Amino acid sequence: MTAASVLLQFLNGLASASSLFLVAAGLSLIFGVTRIVNFAHGSLFMLGMYAAVALAPYVGFWWSVPLAALAVGALGAVLEALLLRRLYAAPELLQLLATFALVLIIKDFALWAWGPEDLLGPRAPGLEGAVAIAGSRFPEYDVFLIACGPIVLAALWQLLRRTRWGTLVRAATQDRDMANALGVDQRHLFGSVFALGALLAGLGGALQIPREPATLAIDLQVISDAFVVVVVGGLGSIPGAFLAALLIGEIKAFCIGLGFSEFTLAVEFVVMAIVLVLRPWGLLGQMPAPVRGAGAHEPAFALPSRGALQALVAVALALCVVPLLSGGYTLVLLTDILLFALFAVSLHFLMGPGGMLSFGHAAYFGLGAYGAGLLLLKAETSMGLALLAAPLFAVFAAVVFGWFCVRLSGVYLAMLTLAFAQITWSVVYQWDAFTGGSNGLIGIWPAGWLSGKTAYYYVTLATSLAGIAAMWRVLYAPFGYALRAGRDSPLRADAIGIDVRAQQWAGFVFAGLFAGIAGALYAFSKGSISPEALAVPRSVDGLVMVLLGGLHTLTGPVWGAALFTWLQDSVARGFDYWRAVIGAVILLLVIAVPGGLGSILRARSSR
Amino acid sequence: MKLASPLLLSAALLCSNAQAEPVKIGELNSYKTFPAFLEPYKKGWQLALEEINAAGGVNGRALEVVSREDGGNPGEAVRVAEELITRERVSLLMGTFASHVGLAVSNLAARRKVVFIAAEPLTDKIVWENGNRYTFRLRPSTYMQVAMLVPEAARLQKRRWAIVYPNYEYGQSATASFKKLLSAAQPGVEFVAEQAPALGKIDAGAVVQALADARPDAIFSSLFAADLQKFVREGNIRGLFRGTAVFNLLAGEPEYLDTLKDETPPGWWVTGYPWKQIDAPEHRAFLETYRARWQDYPRLGSVVGYAALYTAANALRKAGSTDSEKLVAALEGLRMRTPFGPIEYRALDHQSTMGAYVGQLAQRDGEGVMVNWRFADGARFMPADAKVRALRKD
Repeated sequence: MTAASVLLQFLNGLASASSLFLVAAGLSLIFGVTRIVNFAHGSLFMLGMYAAVALAPYVGFWWSVPLAALAVGALGAVLEALLLRRLYAAPELLQLLATFALVLIIKDFALWAWGPEDLLGPRAPGLEGAVAIAGSRFPEYDVFLIACGPIVLAALWQLLRRTRWGTLVRAATQDRDMANALGVDQRHLFGSVFALGALLAGLGGALQIPREPATLAIDLQVISDAFVVVVVGGLGSIPGAFLAALLIGEIKAFCIGLGFSEFTLAVEFVVMAIVLVLRPWGLLGQMPAPVRGAGAHEPAFALPSRGALQALVAVALALCVVPLLSGGYTLVLLTDILLFALFAVSLHFLMGPGGMLSFGHAAYFGLGAYGAGLLLLKAETSMGLALLAAPLFAVFAAVVFGWFCVRLSGVYLAMLTLAFAQITWSVVYQWDAFTGGSNGLIGIWPAGWLSGKTAYYYVTLATSLAGIAAMWRVLYAPFGYALRAGRDSPLRADAIGIDVRAQQWAGFVFAGLFAGIAGALYAFSKGSISPEALAVPRSVDGLVMVLLGGLHTLTGPVWGAALFTWLQDSVARGFDYWRAVIGAVILLLVIAVPGGLGSILRARSSR
Repeated sequence: MKLASPLLLSAALLCSNAQAEPVKIGELNSYKTFPAFLEPYKKGWQLALEEINAAGGVNGRALEVVSREDGGNPGEAVRVAEELITRERVSLLMGTFASHVGLAVSNLAARRKVVFIAAEPLTDKIVWENGNRYTFRLRPSTYMQVAMLVPEAARLQKRRWAIVYPNYEYGQSATASFKKLLSAAQPGVEFVAEQAPALGKIDAGAVVQALADARPDAIFSSLFAADLQKFVREGNIRGLFRGTAVFNLLAGEPEYLDTLKDETPPGWWVTGYPWKQIDAPEHRAFLETYRARWQDYPRLGSVVGYAALYTAANALRKAGSTDSEKLVAALEGLRMRTPFGPIEYRALDHQSTMGAYVGQLAQRDGEGVMVNWRFADGARFMPADAKVRALRKD
């Protein structure tokens, strides 16, 4: 690279950094105060883009930006008041499920309102052209964007440092319980913070339209970038988000400038993994205040009653006789449900009793699946051996990744699991010669005697039930109790001689093993495997299953997996806007049964 | 009597329709993942379905399409295909968009011995490396579309080429084919820069700058959709395309071209579908009925959907049966008419000879159009038969 191109790539990096910061700032603000992991932030950004593109022909680009931002901010206020406010008292992470439902609904709304085609906005009037810098042409609008980032940073800084409202926000970010105890009205504070965060998302989206078209896929792209920036910067730290955006923007620009463009597929996740390993609370984040009070302790799982056990055995027996009553597609669907139930229970083991939130559990599922495919197709082992040995791929990854992850906690831990999952995904996605690249591996079918649907159903049934039973049994073994002790009170657990990290590490590997088994079963049931098996949406599906079922119930994840898989299957067949329908069902369930499906059964059985 | 006879006739028709069960065709696609292409595609096959049934169906039976969303991922698509095969008992499958989904369904089709008409996936592998007895593909493949652009590229005699492509199989294989074919056609050509941004996430400013730094005489791109729009706008503002010849696969398809409007870069060589200007009678007839039916103009997806369902109907007619083996025999060498003219499904590799339009982009009244275009017949842009045989394992 010549000096001139270094300068220009540096400026390109600055322009991307500004764009990144605008989305991330709102997300960081919202998380800092309300502790909501807002999946819908990218959707609000997308709405900002569409609103600005729609308004620009009538009011001009420059007016469309503040109008779109205000509209999205107002929508944020409404969503907070009508939906999220109901959920602050509910079990943790339920808001995450609610915002996931919003993602589905907003995506279908945008499709309905603005149609399927990408909408390229106008260039910004007055800044259409380019300025000459070091012999190259650099867009005037990018110069404006470069200025936007620091301006918004300064404005937020003033707001947070110089106003009473800002003081309250900082107090709540640092220690929410204390702020509450001192009489800060949380309702108003949360509402206004969420509205401001949404407004920033809308602003970020609107300012982006001279650079890229409004598309229906932008929401999920933006949200993962924004999360990375927020976590690298340190949750709740606005200057940290700015610093992280700069770091990631520049690294990406220079990857491209130096000719390593393939590396951009996962570079932000590599950066995040390195930062989190070295600085567990991000660049400028602080150690979160300890969680106090009763909320920190979940009720211990009671041993299932005799009646509950009998009911579970009855369900298992009923599943055994299904093939006698119905063949064909019912078995195909049940096979999917069973192996997803195994996957969900393994994630629940990690998140619930283990207390380790994971956004990247699909990595172990996917590695189990790829393990099966690689052993069968590349090593040409028998199907039985492939099925048995495949989960070892997942175990190996869990041993390595888990060692780093258990050193963190909370959302930082979750984001590190995501980083490892994304890095694994990008390797699988690009290693054409070995993993088949983006197309994946094709032709992974069960051997002769298992090739029938019924036979394979029985294999899946037996394996899944055994796996689920093993995980549930372990919860009531000393290992399970030690794991829960580490979750509920690390200090006390440590004091009585439990090596909390070692227990967590073992728990991580244990959960990875069963996710890997589910993945291997999945590969043989589909006949092919592609990188989607370990991509983010698969991890999110797992989270949704666990949360729908109820994080603090024993059997919940199984019902969650069954309901979610069945919903996807049947709703997609019956409705054009099936995503919105699934979103609406999830929202209804979140409000009606905040404890999850498992809690209904528990309430019944305790009566 | 004069009054009664039409009534009697329609009653008789109703009876015969009721007696003969409709032939079911299972259709699956990623309608929610790629709506811009697939909504017109759906309108295309719906129009074909109405025409076929109005003309009496096939083999005395009406056609019925059971259409499903495949969720845009192979695992779900395989489940949906299983549902179509086992529960709906469809006679054949058609559809899919993304290559990995198409390959997964194709593999299942071979396993279940059900014919699968892959309408849209572009990957070469679906008819070559991973080709199988039961899978047939309609659209011109990545290789064919690259081969259609290469003669023009070689004629310009540009020495220094830069390449940009989305980082997944389609972009990679387009790039590999282009380098191979151009090097053969124009010895001594140099490839001076290669950029592979992540699909849907191009950092256009940095990519344009990096390409400009390599000072290429010409650029070959296989970007599409949002990546293409970002690339075009940044390139226009930064002056990348001035004095540089650009070749871009697919950019002339209305799905992608229409969004560019006044950013449309004039002079680019592209493959596409200039629907307004095609005067061939078979296309004019299609255009008129499509516009009358939907009050909208056709996109390339419309033609693909329309021709895919006619493929199914023609195969059923020729086979005179819904038996998979007879359908395979009927499809091998099947000749039929499409809005793009006659095509044939090659017995050799099950690829149709459907062509594409090759031309240059221009702006007219703030809209992008194709000019200087010609139709490239797919049959003329295939590799030698021996090469294909070596690639196919069956």
